[in-house]
Amino acid sequence: MSRYCSDDRWVMTAVDATYWQQATRAIAAGDATLLSLWGEPGRIHMAVFDNAIVVISLDCPNGLYPSVGASHPPAIRLERAARDLFGLDPVGLPDARPWLDHGANPTAYPFLPVEGESLHQIPVGPVHAGVIEPGHFRFTADGETVVRLEQRLGYVHKGIDRLMHGATVARAARLAGRTSGDSTVAYALAFVSAVEMALGIAPPPRAVWLRGVMAELERVANHLGDFGAICNDAAFTIMLAHCGMLREGVLRCAAECFGHRLMMDCVVPGGVAADLAGDAPIRTLIDAIRARFPALVDLYDKTASLQDRTVGTGRVSAELARQFAAGGIVGRASGRDFDARRSIPYPPYDQLHFEVPVLHEGDVNARVWIRIKEIEQSLSMLEQMLNALPTGDIRVACEPHRSAEGVAMTEAFRGDVLVWLRIDEAGHIDRCHMRDASWFQWPLLEAAIEGNIVADFPLCNKSFNCSYSGHDL
Amino acid sequence: MLRTLLQGLRTPVTESAPLAMLAADLDRAVQRRLGRSLAIREVDAGSCNGCELEIHALNNAYYDLERFGLRFVASPRHADVLLVTGPVTRNMREALERTWRATPDPKWVVAAGDCAAGCGVFADSPACIGAVSKVVPVDLVISGCPPTPAQLLQGLLALLNAR
Ligand code: SF4
Repeated sequence: MSRYCSDDRWVMTAVDATYWQQATRAIAAGDATLLSLWGEPGRIHMAVFDNAIVVISLDCPNGLYPSVGASHPPAIRLERAARDLFGLDPVGLPDARPWLDHGANPTAYPFLPVEGESLHQIPVGPVHAGVIEPGHFRFTADGETVVRLEQRLGYVHKGIDRLMHGATVARAARLAGRTSGDSTVAYALAFVSAVEMALGIAPPPRAVWLRGVMAELERVANHLGDFGAICNDAAFTIMLAHCGMLREGVLRCAAECFGHRLMMDCVVPGGVAADLAGDAPIRTLIDAIRARFPALVDLYDKTASLQDRTVGTGRVSAELARQFAAGGIVGRASGRDFDARRSIPYPPYDQLHFEVPVLHEGDVNARVWIRIKEIEQSLSMLEQMLNALPTGDIRVACEPHRSAEGVAMTEAFRGDVLVWLRIDEAGHIDRCHMRDASWFQWPLLEAAIEGNIVADFPLCNKSFNCSYSGHDL
Repeated sequence: MLRTLLQGLRTPVTESAPLAMLAADLDRAVQRRLGRSLAIREVDAGSCNGCELEIHALNNAYYDLERFGLRFVASPRHADVLLVTGPVTRNMREALERTWRATPDPKWVVAAGDCAAGCGVFADSPACIGAVSKVVPVDLVISGCPPTPAQLLQGLLALLNAR
């Protein structure tokens, strides 16, 4: 069986086990990049970046397929998840433990053994001290120094893959927008782009640009929130106060312009839900941020006690970032020059001027600076989009009546979101896979904290700000 | 530097009339009922994290929850109120139950957001238990997806008035 569907950026094809293993070797050797791996009953898929996005699918009627994770560690958690969700067994994967499925006795999880003198363990979570998502962190420490962190995730597994099956495109878009609430625009956009690609539907130009406006507002809001929260975790609370106010300004602007503070359900199949009546609130917002943000950056830069906490803390090596194809802030702070907006350009970004900031230090400080620079870039992009906003309709009909496959990638504030989906003959979603950037960032947090003191974990964690919900699905 | 630090934080942010009135009501209610203190422990029981973002916003200078004596605490042992979000996933059920048991009496449970209220868009998922009330007794529901900070404040006020 062979299914081809392509435009110049995407290729989707069925393969045999030999090709699958060749692709695995290419990934492990670093000649191609693993973007995701997911299952469905009787079939396993993987998405690879090799100048274009290549989706290869392998039939495995007996539920067995050659493990990718056995030779390429970034695939391990994805394979464990595909086993939990679809019963597909990766042949050769040494880790037999479940990942998203916690079973009947959630406390009976076998953490990896640790041996050594004077080591002690600190279990943290799933319920944490702050207002954050649940996950479990098992620290092994030698005095104050972390020698190993093992994560256990899956606590907020909601069965989104299962809910997608049989959903109408409209309902599925709402689900996609609730996969990781902080990235609701980026997710909805990735989902509807995959649908539109599958069906060959072109949303009206105005809708495309308004989607861009929403996506950049979302990025600015999140980066502001993170900047404040990271400083707060270094006991510099005044920054949180200032950034919290700026962030609130963005959310209020979004509510005024698009009807929802987080812009949930504003990106819909075929276009956008509500038109922008006037751009004045966004222009006022841009001015307000430009007036106040530089002083905060200056304050960050000149406060030695703050720099003392962020510089050199929680380093991620360029090699690990490359191997794990770490997207977003985490990757770009460790020299990985990848941003879906530029690397696999999609409109309206193909018509905007912007820079993709890349740093090489890989520490908390670098991740802070990537955010700072990206806020500046986003403000400029917002201005460009407002200046060139096309007129016209904001939505076309999008009611599928035939089977088709689509794939899309968007750049959320924390990194790239990949969506692959198949629509059935009735026009419903048959299978939809969404891969959050966090899948490849979480494991790097385990590496980043090694050799740091336990007290620096909140700081490192916040500088990553991985999604639990987006990962747990 | 001192100027930067204080700029914009010296004067309280002016709010629209309804929100200011809400704030005054809340202030009176907290004082009457609790003599100015209510400790809230937030529990994400499967949220998409949208609800958490808006709960976070309660701490920003616009809403400034602490001025009413309402504050978020790190441990359920210090809490009067559990503010629970999400469609209670199977994987979070036990953690939620344990957190509830660890909270001393008298305690109140607020289910915040459409998911916590009735499973929201995740209804019918085998991975979710559903409404928070299926797992622990709920005293108040604040709907919304996510509820706005103003709606959350309104809900907390209703809780104080109802008790
Ligand atoms: S109510 Fe809405 S925002 Fe809150 S957790 Fe559910 S889906 Fe997310």
